[in-house]
Amino acid sequence: MVGLGRSRAVAFVAPALVLIGVFLVFPAFWTLYIGVTNYRLTGAAAKAPEVVGLDNYRGVLSDPAFYRSLWLTLIYVLVSAAVGQNVLGFGLAWALRGARRAIRRLIESLVLLAWVLPSSVVAFLWIAMLDRDAGTVNMLLGQSPGTAWLVQYPMTALVVFNIWRGTAFSMMLYSAALSSVPPSHLETARVVGSSTMQTLRDVVLPHIRRHALTNTLLITLWTFNDFTPFLLTAGGPDHRSEVAPVYIYNTAIVGGDMGYSGAVSLVVLLINLLLALVYLRAARAGRSS
Amino acid sequence: MVTVEGLTKEFPGGVRALDGLNLSIMDGEFFALLGPSGCGKTTLLRTIAGLESPTSGAVRIGDRDVTPLAPGARNVAMVFQDYALFPHMTVRENIAYPLKIKRQPRGEREARAGEIGGQLGLAGLMPRRPAELSGGQQQRVALARAVACRPSVFLFDEPLSNLDARLRLEARTFLKRLQRELAVTTVFVTHDQAEALALADRIAVMDAGQIRQIGTAREVFRRPSTTFVANFIGSTPMNLLSGEVRGDGIAVAGGTVPRPDGLSDGEPVTVGIRPEYLPVLTSAQHGALSGEVSIVEHLGTSSLVTVEIDGELVAGTVAEGDEPDTGTRVWLRPVPGRVLIYRVGDGTLVS
Repeated sequence: MVGLGRSRAVAFVAPALVLIGVFLVFPAFWTLYIGVTNYRLTGAAAKAPEVVGLDNYRGVLSDPAFYRSLWLTLIYVLVSAAVGQNVLGFGLAWALRGARRAIRRLIESLVLLAWVLPSSVVAFLWIAMLDRDAGTVNMLLGQSPGTAWLVQYPMTALVVFNIWRGTAFSMMLYSAALSSVPPSHLETARVVGSSTMQTLRDVVLPHIRRHALTNTLLITLWTFNDFTPFLLTAGGPDHRSEVAPVYIYNTAIVGGDMGYSGAVSLVVLLINLLLALVYLRAARAGRSS
Repeated sequence: MVTVEGLTKEFPGGVRALDGLNLSIMDGEFFALLGPSGCGKTTLLRTIAGLESPTSGAVRIGDRDVTPLAPGARNVAMVFQDYALFPHMTVRENIAYPLKIKRQPRGEREARAGEIGGQLGLAGLMPRRPAELSGGQQQRVALARAVACRPSVFLFDEPLSNLDARLRLEARTFLKRLQRELAVTTVFVTHDQAEALALADRIAVMDAGQIRQIGTAREVFRRPSTTFVANFIGSTPMNLLSGEVRGDGIAVAGGTVPRPDGLSDGEPVTVGIRPEYLPVLTSAQHGALSGEVSIVEHLGTSSLVTVEIDGELVAGTVAEGDEPDTGTRVWLRPVPGRVLIYRVGDGTLVS
């Protein structure tokens, strides 16, 4: 027999399985459970939660606050990820393709830096940058008193922030994808006289279609579940930037209504699954043609 | 007509791929750029296409200076070594693609694609995608795409190297017939001397960014102007033996060959004789080179016999069936008029 033998193999993977069980599987089922209770963070219902059946779900599905957060999430995901990061990432990858090595490295490092910094650090930097009185942006614009960006334009600020933060991934993925386009295909297009747009449409995009789908799926899901907006605006002012993950956090931790937020979580999870299914379907359609 | 004047291409890092090239290719000519890898032949082809811009010098097509023009404005068509067919398009769409870029109406370009596809034996394959075609069919689609836009020059980069040996011969004949029918000036790059000899009206043999010899297949094969060309052309390498001018002949490997004019007594020379012009004989001959058979290789209708003469290896040929045994003594007598004498210093032919 080759290998460790069953018992020792189990011993090796057991710690990892226990961690996954405790921190992923259990909370998932716990969420399912508390979604059908009136469990609260504090008070009598925290001590002895009662099962309330589908009451929470009925509440969620008729709650305008929930729909508002979904709508904000949709805008956030569409504008900042599906369009913003995708297009900017591709544009950078395309532009840097022929650039000199040093320039390429410099820009790649700068873009990557935005991606590797911890969220809390980045959030602090942006709050400092967008501050009304001492913010860098207002100083550059020479405004005094300045604009309170995060208060007056919270969603715009979040969208710009997320594009800045996440473009690196798309850029790197598209760089790799573009290097898989055979040079002779691009040169054939050049010799027949294709413009840049025609080359992109007829040669490049058909080649990297699958990469583009994968990339869009990943950044969509990441942005959908992104909690960093909380660090910037905490959902405010007046819930105007309360995207779904922030809404869940605000109901559960700030509002204390664990049961209700458990129900919201499940609904959001289902939407995520639905998104993934749509993409997988599209990717499969691309493969068979 | 394609004219190249003083063309130099230096890549960043100082590599000089083309070194002051001059070249004229006639209308309707099938012209080969032949040389070992790294000799600059592909760079020259790409510079004519406009995919590389020269460091200095000019490219003319007809009476037009195309040097500053983009590839798409030169009215040339290029076929790449890997054919570069677009995998997501059908054969018809691939062939019609240049016409689509030239904004011809759909009906017109599909009719033209059908017509050319028919000419090139692709009629039944038009709705297929490249992945569903054999290598030979893919090559014909690439040719059809090149033909579709009625270019004034065809540029082929190693057009046959992606095909297997048997298909290559078929494709070679096909390519030559197609070029004759269309009578469009064609420049192609190859590292295979047999391909160049078989296809081209004229051949430019290149080395280190320069042209070593330009001539018809016959000229290049019969009278290679330098030892480099002599060594490169021919399916079995030419014997290049050191000899010395002595009296009214040249002493080489124990034998004597006639001496051309323009050499002084005692001058060292290189004697070039193709194995095909060096028959192996089993009886003593006056002036013949003599040695022991070392190796016999069967080539089909003839055999290549490697003979050891004073520690030097000389190759000759013998008809199939007459091969001597290894170790026997044989004589090699050059066919008159087929011995080439090169100067030792610069390796040029003494005419």
